[in-house]
Amino acid sequence: MDPGLFVEQSLNGVQLGVQLFLMSAGLTLVFGIMNLINLAHGSLYMAGAFFAAAFIKLTGSFMLALALAIPATAILGALMELVVLRRFYGRSHLDQVLVTFGLILVFNDLVRLVWGVVPVAMPTPEFLSGSVTIFEGVRYPAFRLAILAVGLLVALGLYVVVVHTRTGMWIRAGASNRAMASALGVDVQLVFGLVFAAGAALAGLAGMMAGPITAVQVGMGEPILILALVVTVIGGIGSIRGAFIAALMIGVVDTFGRVLLPPALGSMVIFMLMAVILAWRPKGLFPVHA
Amino acid sequence: MRDPLPPPAPPASPSAGALLAANWPILLGLALLALVPTVASALDNPFYIRLFTRAVIFAMVAVSLNFVLGFGGLVSLMHASLFGVGAYVVAILAHHDYESTTLFGFAGADDLAISIPLAILASALVAGLSGLVSLRTSGSYFIMITLAFNQMLYYFFVALQQYGGEDGLQILGNLHFAGLQITQRVTFFYVTLGVLAVLLLLFARLVQSRFGVILRATAQNERRVVALGVPPLRYKLAAFVISGAVAGLAGALWATGQGFVSPSDLSWVRSGDYVVMAVLGGMARVWGPVFGALLFVLLEAFLPSWTDFWQLPFGLVVILIVVFLRGGLVDLLGSGTSGKGERT
Repeated sequence: MDPGLFVEQSLNGVQLGVQLFLMSAGLTLVFGIMNLINLAHGSLYMAGAFFAAAFIKLTGSFMLALALAIPATAILGALMELVVLRRFYGRSHLDQVLVTFGLILVFNDLVRLVWGVVPVAMPTPEFLSGSVTIFEGVRYPAFRLAILAVGLLVALGLYVVVVHTRTGMWIRAGASNRAMASALGVDVQLVFGLVFAAGAALAGLAGMMAGPITAVQVGMGEPILILALVVTVIGGIGSIRGAFIAALMIGVVDTFGRVLLPPALGSMVIFMLMAVILAWRPKGLFPVHA
Repeated sequence: MRDPLPPPAPPASPSAGALLAANWPILLGLALLALVPTVASALDNPFYIRLFTRAVIFAMVAVSLNFVLGFGGLVSLMHASLFGVGAYVVAILAHHDYESTTLFGFAGADDLAISIPLAILASALVAGLSGLVSLRTSGSYFIMITLAFNQMLYYFFVALQQYGGEDGLQILGNLHFAGLQITQRVTFFYVTLGVLAVLLLLFARLVQSRFGVILRATAQNERRVVALGVPPLRYKLAAFVISGAVAGLAGALWATGQGFVSPSDLSWVRSGDYVVMAVLGGMARVWGPVFGALLFVLLEAFLPSWTDFWQLPFGLVVILIVVFLRGGLVDLLGSGTSGKGERT
């Protein structure tokens, strides 16, 4: 593989990785703290993309649309938690799978109802439409670089919040032992509501940034949801650090797998990686629950 | 395998009357299903035969899924892929037979007496391998890993360009079972109905057997089972393999009946649908999911004629059922037996 292609594919891999991280961060915390399997997390990714597309049409500005769509997705997530999912913390995983599966069907049809089945076009913002010369002869789209930068910034921000603030301490306490944290006076319910809304915003952000690259269409959140679940499982449920490392790993391995291996094998390689890691460490790379 | 559990006391064999009282819904259901071809020809509407063939085949998958779900406590989201593996084995063998080419040095086959056992074997093998990885983990991991494996197999068949890739694979040529023509519409419907009835009997026996007792006990309290000296993993794995094999059989019949397979048969949403069917029908009974499958297929066929947005009401129904109706449709039938706490 020539160095130019190698650099380009590495960037693609890391870019997919940070997007997966944005998806998995909320997923893994929701899972870790409330032991809730949320299959409808992909719907928030989709909602983010559609909100952004709608706001772009309305305002004409990508940045303004982003600023409106992120809180909109957070509110949608908070509503989802408040109205439906709050009843399901203590319920069996089967009930959680069913109810979030039902939510996916509802969200998909609502989107069809409002936006139709034809994919919605989402333009790349003007100032990011060009490409950047990485080094002699290797150019890379500026928008993809921006995704990469935003993803890394968010990851850094999350790290600071989770590791160096009081709220972050509550989150970690809730994720590692909910009952104990609650007994020590942490309002786990409140923390969880916040985490859920923040996770929704991050999933929505991932969807918005994917919009100009892939199509904004019904069901767009589902393939990436399943990759995010793989990331969550590999990283260890409840672990932000695990999610970050696993997301980059999956992003890079998937990208190179598709380039280097025959298609039937390349599409399977990350799942095999998951199988190998789980056979070695059934609780993921960074298990939070002792 | 030495087994420390004493054999359970043989259940007092229930009288025919008691059996009838406990199982009348499914007996009635199967009897009514047997009338479908007659009614369809009276109405001059062969579409119904096709529709109910679909329902019967989906019922097989839902029943096999419920064996691990309702009785083993394992929420598998990969049964569509196990179904799909079975379907693709039949289709691929038929493809090679028609083209007179070989696969790994072997000729293809249009004889279902060869390809159906191979389909069952392939699905059992896939279930066994994925079970080895996923069953070593706990409940929530299991769900996500099976979902991931489902997606893996989906992408695998999408990527197989020589077998149609995303467009699917048409079965050309004439499938037969050791020379018997079974693919004619009405004949095939009765074949699938017969297979479903046999499967229900087998699963009913299996659930009551020693193996079934341990499986159910594991679902309720794995730690106690371990404390009794029974290693639960091998029982769960065996159950998963059996379940996968039956899903593969259903897939093989599906491919035979449709004459066509496509990766969409393996989509993860379909796996979710099977879970919905099992829960909708009622998991406490071996035959509960049959009703779930019937209802699902009927809704799927007739809701779109009222509204283009049939998933919206269907999703709401699913949500409402999870919130309110814990025992599935069987509860509504009033047989009053699903509240025994058979499942967790």
